[in-house]
Amino acid sequence: MLDNELRTMIDGVKDGRVDRRAFIARMIGLGLTAPMATQLLAVGGVAMAQSPSPYKPTKRGGGGALKLLWWQGPTLLNPHFATGTKDQDASRIFYEPFASWDVDGNLNAILAAEIPSIQNGGLSADAKSVTWKLKPGVKWHDGKPFTADDAVFTWQYVTDPATAAVSVGVYRDLTVEKVDDLTVRVLFDKPTPFWANAFVGAYGCLLPKHLFADYKGDKSRDAPNNLKPVGTGPYKFLEFKPSDLIRAELNPDYHMPNRPYFDTFELKGGGDAVSAARAIIQTGEYDYAWNMQVEDEVLLRLEKGGKGRTIYAVGGDIEFIALNSTDPNTEVDGERSSMKTRHPLLSDPAVRKALALLVDREAIKKVIYGRAGRVTANYLNGPDKFVSRNTSWEFSVEKAAKLLDEAGWKPGADGIREKDGKKLKLLYQTSTNGPRQKTQAIVKQAFQKAGIDVELKSVVASVFFSSDVANPDTYAHFYADIEMFQIPMTQPDPAQHMRRYHSRFVATKENKWQGTNFPRWVNADYDAAVDAAENETDPLKRAALYIKCNDLMWQDTAFIPVMHRVKVGASANTLRPVMSGWANDLDNLQDWYREE
Amino acid sequence: MSQYILRRLLIAIPSLLGISLVLFVVLSLAPGDPFSELATNPNVPPEVRLALRAKFGLDDPIYLRYLHWLVAMAQGDWGFSFASRMNVDTLILQRLPTTLYVIGSSQLLALLIAIPVGVYAATRPYSVFDQVANTLAFIGFSLPTFFTGILFILIFSVKLDWLPFVYTTDIKATGTAWLGEQIRQAIMPVMVLGLFQAASMTRFVRSAVLDVIRLDYVTTARSKGLGQARVIVRHVMRNAMIPVVTLIALQIPAVFGGAIVTEQIFRIPGIGSLLISSILANDTPVVMAVTFVFACLVVLFNLIADLLYGWLDPRISLR
Repeated sequence: MLDNELRTMIDGVKDGRVDRRAFIARMIGLGLTAPMATQLLAVGGVAMAQSPSPYKPTKRGGGGALKLLWWQGPTLLNPHFATGTKDQDASRIFYEPFASWDVDGNLNAILAAEIPSIQNGGLSADAKSVTWKLKPGVKWHDGKPFTADDAVFTWQYVTDPATAAVSVGVYRDLTVEKVDDLTVRVLFDKPTPFWANAFVGAYGCLLPKHLFADYKGDKSRDAPNNLKPVGTGPYKFLEFKPSDLIRAELNPDYHMPNRPYFDTFELKGGGDAVSAARAIIQTGEYDYAWNMQVEDEVLLRLEKGGKGRTIYAVGGDIEFIALNSTDPNTEVDGERSSMKTRHPLLSDPAVRKALALLVDREAIKKVIYGRAGRVTANYLNGPDKFVSRNTSWEFSVEKAAKLLDEAGWKPGADGIREKDGKKLKLLYQTSTNGPRQKTQAIVKQAFQKAGIDVELKSVVASVFFSSDVANPDTYAHFYADIEMFQIPMTQPDPAQHMRRYHSRFVATKENKWQGTNFPRWVNADYDAAVDAAENETDPLKRAALYIKCNDLMWQDTAFIPVMHRVKVGASANTLRPVMSGWANDLDNLQDWYREE
Repeated sequence: MSQYILRRLLIAIPSLLGISLVLFVVLSLAPGDPFSELATNPNVPPEVRLALRAKFGLDDPIYLRYLHWLVAMAQGDWGFSFASRMNVDTLILQRLPTTLYVIGSSQLLALLIAIPVGVYAATRPYSVFDQVANTLAFIGFSLPTFFTGILFILIFSVKLDWLPFVYTTDIKATGTAWLGEQIRQAIMPVMVLGLFQAASMTRFVRSAVLDVIRLDYVTTARSKGLGQARVIVRHVMRNAMIPVVTLIALQIPAVFGGAIVTEQIFRIPGIGSLLISSILANDTPVVMAVTFVFACLVVLFNLIADLLYGWLDPRISLR
């Protein structure tokens, strides 16, 4: 589509001549999707429509009790120390950001009066600053007023290295300044096309300056309010027992009309996913459970109970098999999988392509993930505008065998293929998790049919995902030939997701394996594309660059994407939760209600 | 007697120190990281992870960390959890009442079942009652608690919908309604645990009574004309219960350790589930504190069991 035509259309929408819905429909017809079309409009100067929230109740309170069941119990209540989604959700009950992501990937204003755009002067044309207008009259739970000082303080608190806040990556490369009591300006060092990162979502929660001012830096973990949160949220704190129980009650001074619906709130932690599903769907003891990592057939059986249902939200989470570019079995200077080595088997592109042909995604989806997964050939699966249509996947043992034969890998006496004395034997590791072990079994079967010998290894999750320098079993050490796990997309923008695999971020002994590029994959074209995309303000060009990145990964077979995983929750039939694939489960808690 | 007690207590101190040292070394050698969730989080730069590790002293050598811990414990500071930054003693005290209530009740239930059944079975050995009781006891301790727990849930919660299966420490009723709710939610876990323990106790009580019932003084008592009930209760049980009482004394520390599997199934926030979740999260201070407390209780109750045995049975002398 020509740029000129596009701009004419955008202007048309701005002036009201072209119906916004028609514009989006046309964009969809061309293969772009709603959130992308919306972003196009945003930078083109049209305000991002706030999704009409289908919130029906007409008065505050009266909804009784809301009981949630998280099968991993939250352990702390400060959003800027929250590493996992369970703790982020627990903090979000009480604290709020300026805006959060809704179901369609649009921004939902919470503490902000409106979403910044070029039209209302919120976004600068050079993409280097964002001006947020705060809602007037918002009060903290202790009655003190919420002002721009709290936003500036939150930024100072998080960026202080002595605080060791886990959200520091979001706030590092920007400055926050107060314009007046109800206006805050965020200034970026470089043009930042994806500006909706700071003060949005889980790590965007604002802290009260008057309670945390004495607990910055070194003393941050001693603050009493870490365990007794005072926020602006829909529910006020009552009680907290780590890993067990959080209790809260309705906030009568909440800043949104007719909200919240429920009078009391309870979040219980502990147990496992299957019994949590049971408690919602079969016995109806609780209203909602999060993160149902359960085989679909179990969920289907439970749903016959009739008191609840499973709900799904599509995001960009990808479960994949990563191929090691280096050799895990050769030690150089005390380091295995060193950048100085090349993998003897997997550096052959024919082998990589053959492996990709041997993963039966359909069977994995049917047998294990069911409704919770979608087959895909792409590493990047969302938002729709960034999804490549140039890739494809296939499962064929014959084709894989043929490919290997042609590349010189002939079956030896024991049936395992070999070439130049090297046997095609792989070590395949993943974390301990029912669905993952089953996937390994399916993949191993296909590999063996094609003459590849596979050894399976599973490591307990708390070890596999640890950053312990001395532990050889972590995913970052990658002392195996192939490994499988999931990387979630925590925001509806691919920048962070794709930046990981830039060659300058390879994980090595020198950087204590903290580098994000754990497959140690190096591709100059990919590096160039990522660098260009980071500063590209034209949304169409930017999307094209990220699609190119995805295609490069597919051409090189750096990864074998297995399943585009969908978020799964269990909800009582009468409950109306707001679940988005781009946000945490409780990110829009104020909009939850029950419908009889 | 007092000399014996003093001597035992003095021996206990180095053994407890040795236990704590072994515990600490094992925990620090174990792989895993309290900050594992930071690893796949793209938002968290590596310096933050390293700074957190240094802050919590995770990079100090083992002997330094052990000394820090020992000194702090001696001063009554049990440390704080890495995960939630809450004091460990607060965490334990939060969970103590629930543990005592559920696990303690199950021990009581086990006793209430085991003693009458065991005694009665022993008085009529190889009768129908005895055979049935034995079979049920065998089945009882062969079936693991996670199996019976889920079975109970399926029957009583899902099919019949009589009982809730998620244990909550926060019941909003008052008075008898509160008591009723507490009992309702505790029935299943208490039954699961209690029946399991009752099974093994029944066998033990039965053999203890059988040992005593064939002795001459029992025959004398019967020939004096005393009724069966009086003979059993006043003569047999007093001697048969000696080994049983010491067994109970040795099992009491297990009450505090909690019943990990049952707590997991029913989501009971007891000390057992605290232990498991801290181990999985590599939350060393909590694990050290709980296991050390457990070790102290075991040593203490061993001493009490020895004293009780010496007091109840005059044939034993403590030296």
